[in-house]
Amino acid sequence: MIVVLTDPFGWIGQTLLGLLTRLGLPVTTANLLITLLSAVVLGSICMTLGALITWVERKVVARFQDRIGPNRVGPFGLLQPIADGIKLLTKETVTPNGADTVVYNLAPVLAVMSVIGVWAVIPLAPRLVGSDINVGVLYVVSIGAIGTLSIMMAGWASNNKYALLGAFRTVAQLVSYEVPMVLALLVPTLLAGSMGMAAIVEKQAGLPFIVLAPLAALIFFISSMAEAGKAPFDLLEAESEIVAGYNIEYGGLKFGMFYLGEFFHGFTIAALVAVLFLGGWQGPLASSYPLLGLIYFLAKTAVVYFGVMWVRFSFPRLRIDQLNAFNWKFLTPLTLAVVVVTAVTDKLAAQMGFSRTGALLGANVLLVLATVWLIGAYARSARRRLEPIVDESAAAAQA
Amino acid sequence: MLDQWIFAAFLLPIGLVIPAVPILLAALLSPHKPNSIKQSTYECGVETVGETWVQFKVQYYIFALVFVVFDVEAVFLFPWAAAYNMMPLYMVLEGVLFILILAAGLIYAWRKGALEWV
Repeated sequence: MIVVLTDPFGWIGQTLLGLLTRLGLPVTTANLLITLLSAVVLGSICMTLGALITWVERKVVARFQDRIGPNRVGPFGLLQPIADGIKLLTKETVTPNGADTVVYNLAPVLAVMSVIGVWAVIPLAPRLVGSDINVGVLYVVSIGAIGTLSIMMAGWASNNKYALLGAFRTVAQLVSYEVPMVLALLVPTLLAGSMGMAAIVEKQAGLPFIVLAPLAALIFFISSMAEAGKAPFDLLEAESEIVAGYNIEYGGLKFGMFYLGEFFHGFTIAALVAVLFLGGWQGPLASSYPLLGLIYFLAKTAVVYFGVMWVRFSFPRLRIDQLNAFNWKFLTPLTLAVVVVTAVTDKLAAQMGFSRTGALLGANVLLVLATVWLIGAYARSARRRLEPIVDESAAAAQA
Repeated sequence: MLDQWIFAAFLLPIGLVIPAVPILLAALLSPHKPNSIKQSTYECGVETVGETWVQFKVQYYIFALVFVVFDVEAVFLFPWAAAYNMMPLYMVLEGVLFILILAAGLIYAWRKGALEWV
């Protein structure tokens, strides 16, 4: 019974392995089967969670807007996602004239795959991670890029001008925001000295990286929200401008998959922030009771996810020139500065014997102050260029 | 180490199957009555004029180009960051120099007006 508490996932694996070998399977085949089974379970949990999240998000947005939200189907409207699914299942599948059929049908599938695929490297609890690979961070970035690709495929293959505009905006937005996201990912890699997600979480025992690198965490949060195409960065599907953009020609479950993928992408971002900056499953007693670690991880993810929703429902959509200026003229230079400052400060502090936490935190605060001062100076000079110079003494003499 | 990839290798095809099966199921279950009006592309009630795959603004191309520069940079920087704990200070400074060269590239693109949305 103690084993079930201290190592439940290992115990399940051992029990299954014992069962399969008793059936006469060789150990390697049995191990492969168990891996396959766990992958199927993880994929199904992701899908179910995605459906549940559509309910959560609708309920929360309703509260933000002083409404009740779905409350008719089942208790608290909990069966609403199932009702939506059945409705979408019975919708006629229409393929528009002149569409590139293969690409058109592949796009929603890839959109979901890119989100589920990321969960292979996310450590859910101590000793519970699908693929503990030593390039975990790069894996997340590369699989995430498939999501961008799927949106471009959808926009290009639909044979619709609005959809094509959405695909163009994808290039301007998703592709651009990948730069600060990837650069911000350098900071936890650098602090942990490893690209493996499990190693990054283990290095955060005692002190999560958000204390050492608050700016990098914020930049990663903002730019990955833009990556997911969440408001205020939802230009690629701006309803009031290009009527849903890339997914305009999609109906029924094909649209449903885009919808599900997008909602679950938000949750995946929250999980990534929790793993990379908030310490994942780390917490009191977590290393001896893995189930507790899983609960910590989910709690941290839920808190960050609430932040995602909060930003999403509070800010109006940006204009495309503002969006690009914010990325290329603010986020990217700032992220470069954050990487340089973190790398140099950490090394110098270690050499000169300062406390690592104090030095890094101080460097981040100084960087924030410098950034605020630079923005202020820029705004002042821009105002001076725009406004005609008023002689204040002459104005006073007139009065 | 290579064993660890097996899970990802299983999860990616499963990630393809999980959304594909409901879509195929929907194609079987849903009504199928196509007609030319229904299948025409949507454009607020009027018919699409001319080719759909129109010429696009050169701005998008320039942003994609700047992106490529930084993405390639990231590929070089990740090994540097992963080996950070083993490096003396001068190696860190070499990485910083590399970042500064690219920052100079960004400033050049900025001064040239490549980052303006016109």
